[in-house]
Amino acid sequence: MGSTNSTLLKIPNVEVLMQETGFSPAHIIRLHDRFKALDKEGRGHLCPHDFGAIKELAMNPIGDRIIGAFFSPGKETVDFHTFVKILAHFRPVDKDRPKEPNSPEPINSRSNKLKFAFQLYDQDKDGKISRDELLQVLRAMLGMQVTDEQLESIADRTIQEADLDRDDAISFEEFRKSLEKINIDHKMSIRFLR
Amino acid sequence: MFFDQQKSVMAFLQHFALLLALLIVFSTSCKAVTLEVGSVEVGYNDSSKSSATEDTSTSINGSTDGHAPSVISTLPIVTWKWHHIETPYLVALWILTCWLCKLVCELNHNVTSVIPESGLLIILGFILGGIIWGADKAQTFKLIPTNFFYYLLPQIILDASYCMPNKLFFSNLGAILIHAIIGTCWNAATVGTALWACYEGGAMGTLNIGPLQFLLFGALISAVDPVAVIAVFEEVHVNEVLYILVFGESLLNDGVTVVLYNVFDAFVSLGGLKINAAEIVKGIVSFFVVAFGGSFLGVVFAILISMLTRVTKNVQVIEAGFIIVLGYLSYLTAEMLSLSAILSITFCGVCCQKYINANMDEKSVTTLRYTLKVMANGSETMIFVFLGVSAIDKNIWVWNTGFILLTIFFVVVFRFIGVFFLNWVLNQSRLIPIDITDQFVMAYGGLRGAVAYGLAALLDEKKIPEKNLMLGTTLIVVYFTVILQGITMKPLVQWLKVKRAAHSDLKLIEKLNNRAFDHILAAVEDICGRIGDNWWTRGWNRFEENYISWLLMKPKARKNRDYLFSIFHKLNLEDAINYVSEGERQGSLAFSRSDEAANVDFKKQFGSEFADVMPNIMVDMSNYELGIEHFSVTSIVKDTIPSVSLDIHGQDRKNAMDDINAHHLLQQHLYRSRKHHRHKYSRSHFSINQNEDEVQEIFQRTMRSRLESFKSTKMGVNPAKKITKHHKKELTHKMPNGHPDGTGHLYGDEVDIAVGSETGAINSTFMRDTYTVGAGIENPVFLPDMDSPTHSPPWLMETEAVAPSQRAQRRLPWTPNRLRRLAPMRISTCSTDSFLMADVSLTLEEHEEHSQTDHVEMRPVFD
Repeated sequence: MGSTNSTLLKIPNVEVLMQETGFSPAHIIRLHDRFKALDKEGRGHLCPHDFGAIKELAMNPIGDRIIGAFFSPGKETVDFHTFVKILAHFRPVDKDRPKEPNSPEPINSRSNKLKFAFQLYDQDKDGKISRDELLQVLRAMLGMQVTDEQLESIADRTIQEADLDRDDAISFEEFRKSLEKINIDHKMSIRFLR
Repeated sequence: MFFDQQKSVMAFLQHFALLLALLIVFSTSCKAVTLEVGSVEVGYNDSSKSSATEDTSTSINGSTDGHAPSVISTLPIVTWKWHHIETPYLVALWILTCWLCKLVCELNHNVTSVIPESGLLIILGFILGGIIWGADKAQTFKLIPTNFFYYLLPQIILDASYCMPNKLFFSNLGAILIHAIIGTCWNAATVGTALWACYEGGAMGTLNIGPLQFLLFGALISAVDPVAVIAVFEEVHVNEVLYILVFGESLLNDGVTVVLYNVFDAFVSLGGLKINAAEIVKGIVSFFVVAFGGSFLGVVFAILISMLTRVTKNVQVIEAGFIIVLGYLSYLTAEMLSLSAILSITFCGVCCQKYINANMDEKSVTTLRYTLKVMANGSETMIFVFLGVSAIDKNIWVWNTGFILLTIFFVVVFRFIGVFFLNWVLNQSRLIPIDITDQFVMAYGGLRGAVAYGLAALLDEKKIPEKNLMLGTTLIVVYFTVILQGITMKPLVQWLKVKRAAHSDLKLIEKLNNRAFDHILAAVEDICGRIGDNWWTRGWNRFEENYISWLLMKPKARKNRDYLFSIFHKLNLEDAINYVSEGERQGSLAFSRSDEAANVDFKKQFGSEFADVMPNIMVDMSNYELGIEHFSVTSIVKDTIPSVSLDIHGQDRKNAMDDINAHHLLQQHLYRSRKHHRHKYSRSHFSINQNEDEVQEIFQRTMRSRLESFKSTKMGVNPAKKITKHHKKELTHKMPNGHPDGTGHLYGDEVDIAVGSETGAINSTFMRDTYTVGAGIENPVFLPDMDSPTHSPPWLMETEAVAPSQRAQRRLPWTPNRLRRLAPMRISTCSTDSFLMADVSLTLEEHEEHSQTDHVEMRPVFD
């Protein structure tokens, strides 16, 4: 326990962080270790190229977007707090925890998980997934198997399905509505973060 | 109120009539059996005494008995050959009887919504069994274990595994395996030992059963039956995770039970004294070898099937048969190697599913799916009926209240304990824990069925003296679970508010996001630097994509395999079908089709399909074709175009003209059926929506064509002037299809004007009234004959030689020059019945056709 505490003590404001994210000390320590391992130069923060060094991530078709999600606009670095907060999106929802009416919405709530997914599409941050943005993601994910024409018709169809106000773009509200039937808690959670 | 009563009385009468029919069929089969018994005895007499003096009925039997030919004095004209066809005949009759039972069950949905079909079938089985008992004073028909395991069970398992939602199954495989293996062992052990303990405690009086026999009984009674489970759960529509857990468990549990049964059976044969630690270890080893060996064999067969379907392109008709035969072989092979046959066929179906669906033609996939459904549902029905029939047998009933009640009690209680405990363990690590209501339903859904009965019937009476008690108890447990628990399942699910399956349409955006979520999760796992579920999933997917599908899939299937795209494709198809049916329902459809796609050889099709239906028209056609060929040759000579391309031109034109001809003929004479099939994902229901207005419409069409023929005789035939005109047009235009001009006159007003001027306005309006009265008759496509006396036959005109549809009348199609109706589709939607119906009108129109023949024969003159 001594070593655990000493590691925790090194992290500033660790209590607040745990409160916000709901992670246990063990998780925080594990993530801290990982953070340090990624931060090869020991600057205390991560840069995009630190993420790029992860081999598997480089092969992920939407890997760069996911990396981008860690960096708030205009910033080139991410510190440990933000890092943990982003990952907290993927903590499974715990049903046992008593719900306090006044507590702020937890990071791993359904709508926050959806927001995370939404911003991966919405690269220009205008609150809408335009046809072009969707097309880019589709192209990344479907790769060479499908022709451009087919991609475009798939994109059109997708937008048509979700687009309620007929503006040829998907707003977050529409995005959430169209995914109502999907068990987001299941699809956007990672077991070992529980 | 009164109407309701009347309705219910009518319904009852209907049911009663059907039941009567059923019983008649049944009694014949019963009589047949008594006859058969008689004939067998006669056969013995024949061989032993070789006497020729018999009474009439036996002589009939004797003379036709292939084995004992008797001297005949004269040539028999008709003989009674019961003995030849006895077995297949009885089998067929029984199948028919069982299926009729299902029909009776399904007649009233009010009943089936309360009592599950499986329960009803068992109850009907009781009735049938009672009749047999009454007729024969013995139970002549029983569910024989070999028949059950070799002929009835395999297709059910194959169907269940082939239609298994693959992804769901594999993502819950851990939980399913734990429930199937550990749960089953737990049930077998606890039920066995608890019963034995009670026996020792004196709860059952004196019975000749040892502890090992109790364990054996515990093993066979713990078989949760997939057939019963599916039959019940399909009707209640629980959420998919619960469904797959119960379903997967029951499927694999069968295999495990059989293995466990065999191990205990071996122990019983060995006898209690010879069992030492080594034998027990052997038993455990054999359990795993048999179970996993069977599964492995199934995977091997799945690979074989998948590879075979890579090359079956040329025998598409029997393509689907390969899967069934090889699946069955995987079952038999496992049985031969004394591995678990059920597990073998299960894994065979689950594993090959993806690859064969990609490799085979879409039609073959549908065929396979429905063939399996027919077979599975059929044998399922038979199993339940026979479970009922088998009960009516005095010999198997040895009553022991203590044993029976305690068995039911322990079966239920230990099932609950086992399920709750295992789920508690599983929930420690599950992402989405199984909630308590789901667990309850899971435990309650442990229905016992035919597998338990089959195993009980397999028991050897020499080794287990109390076999009949066990058999009877098994039957009671089966009835208890299937009927009682089956009936209470639905109210229970409603009362507990178990999460139901959300029925939703396929949505591209959902699939797209699922894909995105997978990538996101994998990426986050990478960032966290830990190996999680998604890492394994991704690793497997990559391996599968790179190696397995390379081995098992056709290159072509591999290429257009992207899941999202195939979803998109499916959605598109759905839309197209909806569009067509909607358009047809509203009465009009303007279809565009490019010329390149129109290379259907109509002459051939036409000739083979309709030659006998409309001989006169065929004469027309051939004459006409002659004309065309002649014509094109002459034009070639005139225009001196190089012969190669000319040939193509000629060919093109011929095809195109054929197309138009056939198209027009079809439109004139055939009725387009509006039947459309809709496939629900259910094991037992397949619904066809049929428009009931069709009959009326056909009738009105017939009437109209009658009027038409009347009119044409009255007015005489149209002058040849117009034909000349159009013919000249053809001469000037090399490619009849390519020209947009001259098409407009077909659409809309001009035609009507022509009608008005030549047949008289009164006549025309009268005609219109006739066919707009009825429902769904607004489509002018169905009344092209109306105009025919007033202008030349439409196929002699330009490309657009089709009566304008209503929508087309309102506005022109977008690309008139390249637009043609989709003729092949029409053919496919016309059922044989409609041909026959159209035939009526056809005879009336022969007259007209004759007159057209004259015109056509004039054509060469013009050239």
